[in-house]
Amino acid sequence: MDTMLLEYLPILLFLGIAVAFAAIAVGASWLVARQKPDVAKDSAYECGFDAFDDARSKFEVRFYLVAILFIIFDLEVAFLFPWAVSLGKIGLFGFWSMIGFLGVLTVGFIYEWKKGALEWE
Amino acid sequence: MQELPNFAPALPEIFIAFSAIALLLLGVFRKEDATQGITVLAIVAMLFAGLLVPAAAGGRVVTFGGMFVVDGFSAFTKVLVLLASAFTMAMSANWLHREKLERFEYPVLMLLATLGMMLMISANNLMALYLGLELQSLALYVLAAYQRDSGRATEAGLKYFVLGSLASGMLLYGSSLIYGFAGTTGFDALGHSFAQGVPVGVTVGMVFVIAALAFKISAVPFHMWTPDVYEGAPTPVTAFFAVAPKIAAFSLLVRVMVGPFGDLTHQWSQVVIFISLASMALGAFGAIAQNNIKRLMAYSSIGHVGYALIGLAVGDQVGIRGVLIYLAIYLFMNVGTFAVILAMRQKGRLMEGIDDLAGLSKTHPMSAAAMAIFMFSMAGIPPLAGFWGKLYVFMAAIEKGFITLAVVGVLTSVVSAYYYLRIIKVMYFDEPVEALDHGTGKGLSFIVAFNAILIVVFTFLPSSLVSSASTAAAALFGG
Repeated sequence: MDTMLLEYLPILLFLGIAVAFAAIAVGASWLVARQKPDVAKDSAYECGFDAFDDARSKFEVRFYLVAILFIIFDLEVAFLFPWAVSLGKIGLFGFWSMIGFLGVLTVGFIYEWKKGALEWE
Repeated sequence: MQELPNFAPALPEIFIAFSAIALLLLGVFRKEDATQGITVLAIVAMLFAGLLVPAAAGGRVVTFGGMFVVDGFSAFTKVLVLLASAFTMAMSANWLHREKLERFEYPVLMLLATLGMMLMISANNLMALYLGLELQSLALYVLAAYQRDSGRATEAGLKYFVLGSLASGMLLYGSSLIYGFAGTTGFDALGHSFAQGVPVGVTVGMVFVIAALAFKISAVPFHMWTPDVYEGAPTPVTAFFAVAPKIAAFSLLVRVMVGPFGDLTHQWSQVVIFISLASMALGAFGAIAQNNIKRLMAYSSIGHVGYALIGLAVGDQVGIRGVLIYLAIYLFMNVGTFAVILAMRQKGRLMEGIDDLAGLSKTHPMSAAAMAIFMFSMAGIPPLAGFWGKLYVFMAAIEKGFITLAVVGVLTSVVSAYYYLRIIKVMYFDEPVEALDHGTGKGLSFIVAFNAILIVVFTFLPSSLVSSASTAAAALFGG
């Protein structure tokens, strides 16, 4: 039991550091920096949406499309890491399984490219 | 090092998967619209896969590390699913052309949904089950909302998606409980686990799995989505929903209940008896007040699911044989009825009201006769196929002493006869207000005629279907 729990110690440390870091970053700027908010400073910047607004607002469907496409290929990479690490153990079947998966994704990529989903204008 | 698994049993699935990918690429690389050609190729692919299925199935073969099973049962239901998909695809071609909605994604999505159904049928593990179910469902969600300019179709797609995700969530929760308490997700291993007592967690998990699958076959009390989705979705998609996914989900339900949970029969049979009774009753009484024929077909399909569930509630080989016969006959009746509905056009517009059928016997005597055959068959009037389907299920119930189920089944089919006969009355005795269009497609007429003839002549050749259904049911219990 103890050895099992010990294996999770790095995760606990990680969690502690993450919480502490976030608390310090927010708390320090609140304590140390001078607070002079105005409308321009409080508004959302870079990516355009108001943080506290009605959720039922219209927005460009292209944002959504790009986000979806990003998730698909991001997940592909997330699957590739464990595959690459364990490639020695999973053998030929494991290798070809991933090649098949990549093949299907590539077909999807070709489809979205030809459909013009990657063109912003 | 792991050896490569045996791919031969999965040959039909692999073929469908490659066809879908190839047709997708073909469609996207062609400059002009290639929907008609791709639709034809997809039908050919489905029929060819239907030929591959019996060839790939010898005895019972398990492959992919126990994830995938092929036996007589899977071969029977896969052929049914492929037939249903090919029929509805052929019906769609005409509709896509007339509604000017020709996009090549439609046949590709149908192929992918069919692939998901075949994987469901062959699933031998809770994870494989989930994967097949999701592949099917995701393609179906898109198909339901295919007519994206129509508010009703998008509403149908969204409703189906939200409720379908809820069902998937229940399935996953149930599966995780089963895995947690039984320590395995494989059907074979689960089947050997419960001879001595069942952990309560497995029972709870099993009920969640039943609930999710009952949603997919739209059995009461998980039927709420059915009328709305059937009404809102484009008619050929509704025809597809009413047949192929139901057969696939039903065979999945049968495999899960009989295989891994075969030792728990006394636990799940109460649940199945309840949803069977409730579905029969709701299907009979819910349809009475409907004026839209697609809604009526939705309630009718809920009722039919209730009848087929009688066979599962009985739970033995004779009962499962009854289920398979019922599903096969249900396929032909439904495909035929929806082909008639698809031919209901007035000045080019698709009509869906039951009143629009008024006087059909005078304007379209052949369509009216075929529709009358389908309606009589659904009501279970003796010489037609629908009667035999009900007979085999009721017989199985009576042999095992499920008298209540059989009695309620007969009573609700009397009630449901009212609305089936009402359609016949409207067609034959009401005066036409405005005649429906003529010449709405040779393909549709062929499908209507083919299914109508099949239902009429079934009386003379029930033995071939009954014997293959018997072999299929025996395969499930032999292993």
